[in-house]
Amino acid sequence: MKKRYGLLMSMVLAAGTLLSACGGGEEEGSGDAGEKKDDSFKVAMVTDTGGVDDKSFNQSAWEGLTKFGKDHDLKEKEGYTYLQSNAQSDYRPNLNNLIRQGYDLVFGIGFLMQQDIQEVANQQKDAQLALVDSVAVGEDGKPLENVASITFKEHQGSFLVGLVAGLQSKTNKVGFIGGVESELIKKFESGFKAGVLTANPDAEIMVQYAGDFNDAAKGATIASTFYGKGADIIYHAAGGTGTGVFTEAINQKKNGKDVWVIGVDRDQFAEGIYDKANNKSVTLTSMVKRVDTAVYEVSKQTMEGNFPGGEVVEFGLDEDGVGIAPTKDNVSEEALKMVEEYKEKIVNGDVKVPKTDKEFETFKSEM
Amino acid sequence: MKLQKVLFKLIVPIIAVMLGLLIGGIIMLSSGYDPVLAYTALFNGIFSDSYFIGETVRQMTPLILSGIAVAFAFRTGLFNIGVEGQLLVGWLASVYVGIAVEGLPAFIHVPLAILAGAVAGAIWGFVPGLLKARFRVHEVITTIMLNYVALHVTNSIIRAYLLAPGERTESIQPSASLASPFLQEITNFSRMHYGFIVALLAAALMWYILWKTTAGYELRAVGFNEHASNYAGINVSKNIILSMCISGGFAGVAGAMQGLGTYQYMTINAAFTGVGFDGIAVALLGGNGAIGIVLAALLFGGLKIGALNMQAVAKVPPELITIVIALIIFFVASSYLVHWLRNRINKRGKI
Repeated sequence: MKKRYGLLMSMVLAAGTLLSACGGGEEEGSGDAGEKKDDSFKVAMVTDTGGVDDKSFNQSAWEGLTKFGKDHDLKEKEGYTYLQSNAQSDYRPNLNNLIRQGYDLVFGIGFLMQQDIQEVANQQKDAQLALVDSVAVGEDGKPLENVASITFKEHQGSFLVGLVAGLQSKTNKVGFIGGVESELIKKFESGFKAGVLTANPDAEIMVQYAGDFNDAAKGATIASTFYGKGADIIYHAAGGTGTGVFTEAINQKKNGKDVWVIGVDRDQFAEGIYDKANNKSVTLTSMVKRVDTAVYEVSKQTMEGNFPGGEVVEFGLDEDGVGIAPTKDNVSEEALKMVEEYKEKIVNGDVKVPKTDKEFETFKSEM
Repeated sequence: MKLQKVLFKLIVPIIAVMLGLLIGGIIMLSSGYDPVLAYTALFNGIFSDSYFIGETVRQMTPLILSGIAVAFAFRTGLFNIGVEGQLLVGWLASVYVGIAVEGLPAFIHVPLAILAGAVAGAIWGFVPGLLKARFRVHEVITTIMLNYVALHVTNSIIRAYLLAPGERTESIQPSASLASPFLQEITNFSRMHYGFIVALLAAALMWYILWKTTAGYELRAVGFNEHASNYAGINVSKNIILSMCISGGFAGVAGAMQGLGTYQYMTINAAFTGVGFDGIAVALLGGNGAIGIVLAALLFGGLKIGALNMQAVAKVPPELITIVIALIIFFVASSYLVHWLRNRINKRGKI
């Protein structure tokens, strides 16, 4: 008897699923078309698992979008909104969901979303998408027509913090800690090394990759080794691994050693605070990446009808897309002057900052 | 009597879901969100159109398999917390076969890749099984620890040998893919894939092995009472190892569904996927039975997909949605507990 009920139940379930699937399919088209006729501009973004309060990338993007919404009198959650992904498998449903709700522009934040953006772009030809930190390409290797790819000239910003490190190092030894070795992080490394050598041709630069963006323990270990070998300034481009670098630097500072960290992506002054009463931080300066500016600009262009689809929009020093952090408590006058001087030179094109190992070798040999 | 029992089995979880929704609604109301709108969005986000149904089925597929994996071990008296790790190695193995083997027709390549996932998962299950059978090391500890080993070993292998831009492996060959343009088309480009057939077959297989074969009888006997089984001439050690291997195999297939169906590749995972752990809840809610697991996976998968729409339409923050889902699960789980206690008391009463 029991068996028979089981079979019956599974049959009913299967039939129900199939039938409802058919029913839904037919209604689909009409509903969608109606939604898309909305006149006012709507923009949205999909975060990765960090959410909009990750103190990093996603937060910065959301700040940009919020500013855009406020400046253009859009209503939060209607005119501009975000969807948080709780797992990587949520990227695609979230992107689709926003497109289906008729958002005119949907941002995917971070290069992890590249694959999903590409496939959604292929399926939904009418959608306008934007991908931050990577270039979305079709199967033919060419940029997709309905995706604006936003990248940053991280090497330029890294060059500036490299200048600061080169000038302010007392031991003439500085370190670079990367997350995972990749084209992207090489831009940070090459720019930084070029900056250091420009300011201080005798400086020794140690480089190590942690192989992970989320391993704070490893970050601390490498930092400890670098400081042990005599480096006094470390620049990290390693995301969560970088928090370990700060931990190690704070510990060393408390033990009376004169060590510094250069932060990345946003102003990381707060991460390096070791003396709360006097607001003292081990953060020398930070290389900021203005994801907010980029999101704002691309939204604005799209609203004005100039959606940069199929283009790679690069944000560098010129567009205020990268730069040195606003908190300058620990940066010397001399260094600031030099930063300003080179900022101009880079924007003018007098100095070409290397972004790969090969370009760095050329840069070095021409010095 | 039988009909009453089945009805009772169905009604209890339904009441629990209602209770969960009710309390979740009160929480939403007190935080200033509209629960009616939110639940409409949740419901619409599961059933309203073919896209959501497709995504729900996609989400269900690995949950069914991980649920089966947990339940299978549970029937032999083993608590396999290592489904997550077995899933990860299965995912990697299937993707590897999907990438590395070339020139096979799909009807050989797909089963081969799934089999690779199953074998990898089975090996990952074999280790704690052996340790339990030989040295009486508790499987809960070894399986939890092996989860971490699996996470970092798979990440490290991808990084060292299979890395493609975007912190992931290359995509698998089309011949190894479970993705189906047909299914995607009828579901308006969801990621629904043929894996759900594999999952349903696996559920049938689990039922068949456990209830229709001698080996299954032995496995269940060991689960009921090890010592009695031993006395009856059943090789307990062999059955413990076998159970863990089969359980791990199902978990590995769950990973293969992710690799060959949903993603077509494997990413470097910063943390556990959670599918393996959800499998524990799915198995418990489903009463460790094949049909129950499919239904529980439907509930879980539906809630997860519906929650995305709840966030999008009703603007409820994702944290609040997680709380609501947790409440529903909590009530369903506690009803299972009540149910179990009731049965226990009834049994005692009869004796």
